[in-house]
Parts: sequence; structure tokens; C-alpha cells
Amino acid sequence: MENSKEDQLSVAIISGDMDKIMAVMIISLAAAAMDTKVKLFFSFWAIGALRDPKKKAKGKNFISKMFGMMLPKGKNKLKLSKFNMMGMGPAMMKGLMKQQGVMSLDEMFKQAGELGVEITVCEMTMNLMGFKKEEIIDYPHLRYAGAGTFVVDAGESAMQWMV
Amino acid sequence: MTTEELKKITVSKSVDARGTACPGPLLEAKKAIGTIGSGDIMEILSADEGTKSDIPKWCGKQGHEYLGALEENGYFKVYMKKK
Repeated sequence: MENSKEDQLSVAIISGDMDKIMAVMIISLAAAAMDTKVKLFFSFWAIGALRDPKKKAKGKNFISKMFGMMLPKGKNKLKLSKFNMMGMGPAMMKGLMKQQGVMSLDEMFKQAGELGVEITVCEMTMNLMGFKKEEIIDYPHLRYAGAGTFVVDAGESAMQWMV
Repeated sequence: MTTEELKKITVSKSVDARGTACPGPLLEAKKAIGTIGSGDIMEILSADEGTKSDIPKWCGKQGHEYLGALEENGYFKVYMKKK
């Protein structure tokens, strides 16, 4: 087995909190700007961030529909892990970000796409959360895979994180 | 390089990233580096203090030469030479 680690960052993202996903995207962009390969593995709550609010998925059962209603519909509807205050927190955070020239999550995903950051959606947890491929965002480097893919990607990466 | 030397330097490319916070300046620098030739000097204007340490780190990783930084009124000018 190859023992050397590649100049690669692998992150398993479980959290669907706005601040945590932002942190992952900021570090991923910095890494990609430095020509480090970035592979993001979205699972559980994080998959809510990849939902496209304009898309609709058909054929969901009752529980999936309930989950779909209760979980954030896309990256602009995420909650803060602290100071959420029924949605006032994220609104204030977005205002501050704009004021201080911090990229929005939309812009971060756009830049990530341009820089070749790879997104892998965990197929099993996507099904568990009741999401369907038809409601996932259009992103240039997106694929669906399982835990084994993350394990192999992480194994060859010099940096492996879980958020 | 000394402050005096940096002030007199001729740059091939100036990147104004003052409107964007971290990691914006780094991304702008990364995009601009492809437009200049080997040995060319680039300056990055940033209001984000982190840029002062991020650019030298980036240069170190990519093999570019970090030349130094100047502090202006409310922003920084960071200088580097492409490998």
C-alpha cells in the first residue's frame, strides 16, 4: 500500500449548521487556492445545505415529506449553531458578512466549483433523511457515493477532518 | 526587502482585493498569478490583516518569492515574485 499522503484535504461534514458549513467552505477555498485538492463528503444534516430550493422531488413517502418540511431547504436557510434566535441570528450574520466583504455561501459554492472542489453526497444518509437526487443543487463536481469512498479519499489525504 | 525598496518596486500586476474578506484576497491572488509570467512581481491590496500571513504561506508552498508588505492607511500592500 502507498504510504505517502497526497496534498489533499478530505472533510466529512455531518453538521448542517450555517457557521460550520461556512468554516468548511472558507478553509476549502483557501486550500483550493493553494492547489490542494479538496474533497468534501456531505452526510446527515449537512445534505440539507445541498438542497436546491427551486427543485422539487416527487414520490416521497409521508415521513420523507415531513423531514423535507422540517429540514432547511438549501444553504441559505441554515441555522447557526449558537445565537440562532429563531432565524434572527442568521439574518444578522448575513448582514454582517455583507458589510465586511465576506462571501455569501452562494458565492463560496460558486468559487468552489470553479476551483474544482469535489462534493460527494453520502447516498445512504441522503435516503435516510428522505432527500432525493432530484432536489440536490447543480454543482460541477458532484457525485453520490458511500462511506467507503470517504475512507479511501481520506486515507490518501494529508488532512482529514470531520465537522 | 526593506520598506524603501518595496516603495520603489515596479509591479507587473496589481490585485485590488480590498473589497473582500478572507479568503477572498487569496482567491484573487490565485486567479491573477496565472496572468503573469515567471519572475514578474505582483502586489495584492487587502484590507484583511490575515492576508499578510496568508500570502507568504502561499508563496512558501508554491515556491514563489515573498517580498514583503507595506502598511497603508487602512489596508496592506503585499508583494511577491512568481517562480
